[in-house]
Amino acid sequence: MLAFLEKLDRRWVFLLMGLAVAIPILFPLPFEYKPSALARSVFDEIDRLPDGSRVLFSFDYDPATSGELSPMARAMLYHCGKKKHKLYVMALFGPGKTLGSEAIQEILLKYAGDDYTYGEDYVELGYQTGNEGVIKVAVTDLPQMFPTDVRGTPLSKIPVLEGVENFQAMDLLVAVSAGDPGSKQWIQYFISAYPKTRMVTGTTGVQSVSLYPYIPNQLAGMLGAIKGAAEYETIVNAKYPGPDGKPVPELTEAQRRMGPQLTAHLLMVSLIVVGNVVYLMGRRKAHQSGGGR
Amino acid sequence: MSQSRKATIGWLVVFIFGAVGLAWNAFSQPRGFGMRYVTDSTTTYYEVKVSPPIGSIPKKPKDGEGAVAPKDRLVWVSSDSPDLEKSNVTRTSAEPISVTRTSSVPPIAAWAAAENGGKGPTGATYRFSVADTIGVWIAAFFTLAIFSFLWGDNPVYKFAESVVIGVSAAYWMVVAFWSTLVPKLAVPIAPIAMQWAVPGVDEERKVSVVLAVIPAILGVMLLFRLSSKLGWVSSWPLAFVVGTTAAIRLIAHVQADFLAQISNSMVPFVVSTNGRFDWGASLGNVVLVTGLLSVIVYFFFSLEHKGAVGKVARFGVWFLMIAFGAAFAFTVMGRITLLSERLEFLFNDWLWLIDPKGDHTVTTIVSNAAGLLATVF
Amino acid sequence: MKSTVPTLIATIVGVVLIVAFFVPATQSWSETAVDWFNILAGVAFILGGGNLIKVQLETISSRRPGWGYALVILVSFAIMLTVGLLKIGVPPAEQYPNHPWSGEYDAPASAFGWIFENVYNPLTSTMFALLAFYVASAAFRAFRAKNIEAMLLLGTAFIVLLGNTAIARLTDGIPDSLSFLRLDQVVANTMSYITTGAFRAITIGIAIGVAATALRVLLGIDRPYLGRT
Repeated sequence: MLAFLEKLDRRWVFLLMGLAVAIPILFPLPFEYKPSALARSVFDEIDRLPDGSRVLFSFDYDPATSGELSPMARAMLYHCGKKKHKLYVMALFGPGKTLGSEAIQEILLKYAGDDYTYGEDYVELGYQTGNEGVIKVAVTDLPQMFPTDVRGTPLSKIPVLEGVENFQAMDLLVAVSAGDPGSKQWIQYFISAYPKTRMVTGTTGVQSVSLYPYIPNQLAGMLGAIKGAAEYETIVNAKYPGPDGKPVPELTEAQRRMGPQLTAHLLMVSLIVVGNVVYLMGRRKAHQSGGGR
Repeated sequence: MSQSRKATIGWLVVFIFGAVGLAWNAFSQPRGFGMRYVTDSTTTYYEVKVSPPIGSIPKKPKDGEGAVAPKDRLVWVSSDSPDLEKSNVTRTSAEPISVTRTSSVPPIAAWAAAENGGKGPTGATYRFSVADTIGVWIAAFFTLAIFSFLWGDNPVYKFAESVVIGVSAAYWMVVAFWSTLVPKLAVPIAPIAMQWAVPGVDEERKVSVVLAVIPAILGVMLLFRLSSKLGWVSSWPLAFVVGTTAAIRLIAHVQADFLAQISNSMVPFVVSTNGRFDWGASLGNVVLVTGLLSVIVYFFFSLEHKGAVGKVARFGVWFLMIAFGAAFAFTVMGRITLLSERLEFLFNDWLWLIDPKGDHTVTTIVSNAAGLLATVF
Repeated sequence: MKSTVPTLIATIVGVVLIVAFFVPATQSWSETAVDWFNILAGVAFILGGGNLIKVQLETISSRRPGWGYALVILVSFAIMLTVGLLKIGVPPAEQYPNHPWSGEYDAPASAFGWIFENVYNPLTSTMFALLAFYVASAAFRAFRAKNIEAMLLLGTAFIVLLGNTAIARLTDGIPDSLSFLRLDQVVANTMSYITTGAFRAITIGIAIGVAATALRVLLGIDRPYLGRT
């Protein structure tokens, strides 16, 4: 047995991981998730603003991380829609422009379409190359950075941008971020210089840890990894349920993904434990036989 | 036959056999799986002349070079626009233009429409989409092709890997071209000549041609990087890029990551909540500041880590290890989510084994498995 | 000439940007300079594409092993580039139906949008999904609790992994007065105090490092832009 485990083909581990994730997708494990304080503070920031406040919403991710980030982006977009906030949508990642447009079609216009007319209640600024340089210019001069919106209309002719000369006019920044450029750059180039605008973020597990130092002064709230998204879905569905009074079907994605998360985390812990046991037993055996590496 | 040749053929057979079997399984059923449906909506546009409303006030441009009287404007509006009814709007003699836009619809809505002669609730036509259906199958193929690497390196994986390299490079070129280079480089130099691509020009915002030409010159110089003899020309724009990056990062890091972090850490060691001593938060703040300082001591490599300094540094390492443990757990968490998203795509969008959003039918697992077995034997 | 001018450019633009930060009247200089930087970032993508073609063509012409895959790269590159630049299948923008080229390059029903959705999207996301398997394999083979540091790392990882799932609910029964012992609270406190402290130290360290590197560049001590020419 020990010899088998010591020389185990890693494809067996791959198979275990595949099954640990696949089985709970086919046979879901429904659990409720208690919202954490950080998820609650993201909700409160969006919710306490008066209806129709100006919210800058940045889709700073690509398909590689959309499994983690798309559920939280959609839940926050839905929440902004229910609050009738004026939305200024952009992206620091090229594919974020496309993913943001999809989310607007599938969530915002589907569930809050009556309150949203393009150009009057929301605008898509799209993507520009330059990473943090984009933030740096737009915090002082928006039309210099984005000469037109994604539909080719100059910003001066878009009603929702009347009185908005730069990002400083925003009440809240919502950044859904996969890495660099993302939440960190928003804090460095915008929020730290102009703290009047509050910021909340949704990030990947990988990035979330490095954003804790900014909480709470520079970052008012954060949804970290799929768990943060699941918690947010719970809060939003409780306060703003779908038209039939039930949770919005699109806003159950993260909660669904917590099922595979449970089994896969258990597998990870077991793998580390078994790996260590095998290692210790192997070492003891080596000692007994006098080898002692 | 060489070993790798055999493997190549083996993998091709597995993929082709699997694909044919599944496709047969999907398309032999009336509502199989992996199907996509769309709706086409056609809008007709009229060109209209919009006269300024009577008594409108001349608008002052931003740089204050004297007021401009409002003029008649020619714009296009859709045939159902309420603007057509306004008194200051008149249609011109230009031919109307019809534009058809296609968007995807859930299969369940398309089937409901099919019972109704192919018409959806608003009267739009719903139809089966060959392109999108092929798309789902191609997406599934590429997903499995990448997963095949888990078994071992193989030609199908290498093919998929090559496709992703080519497609990504072109993707970013196209995005940079249409989102930045056209509107920000070409339009300021020649706004009228570029109207075919960006018809709307901001008359209120004049951009100096000189300032617009400089980045164009720098951009062309940057492309010299590709030449082996004249590569040095690119060092000018590169120096510009490096100088800009250095300066803006210097300011941002000092402000947000140095000064602000120090001020963020000025936390009280005695916290009271509702007039009562909050020992949890107090202890937390003590731990936070102790950890922060001990990790900083660990980072002082100019001090020898001996004696008291060594002990504090060791303590700092423990803090770092706890932080890295948490970071590792969050990283694992993220990777697993990405895997479950891909498997959900295969099970939900392609094979229809599950239906979490209620937008298609569920292929029963039993009949599917039977179909799979029938394919294999 | 070949090294003096670039050094001057880097220093001058850097000084202008730093001055513009402290003197609001010169803010527009900073906007203009950073805007050029952003445009050059766009040109860099063209450079990247050009470089890819160059390298792949060399591989093909010298018939190096795997040149067939170089051909696959070039063909997929050419297809994506053509449909994207020609905006194939893109309907015109809503307010400019008379300008066929005015639509968004990534319109959902366009050829570019189709490749994004069905090729780029599954390929890039599955590449990252593969990492879940490798992290599992690494967990089994490499994570050994050999000393106290490794034990702290693995112990925290266990607590955070389990505390971030429904398992944390098993500790809900712990009375309110001892709520800090509940698994989800343990995770929250570890993150808010210990992880925050450690990462704040790292953040401060990085900030000092970035500032030092930036100053070396602006003073012309480091000149990475000269590099290989």
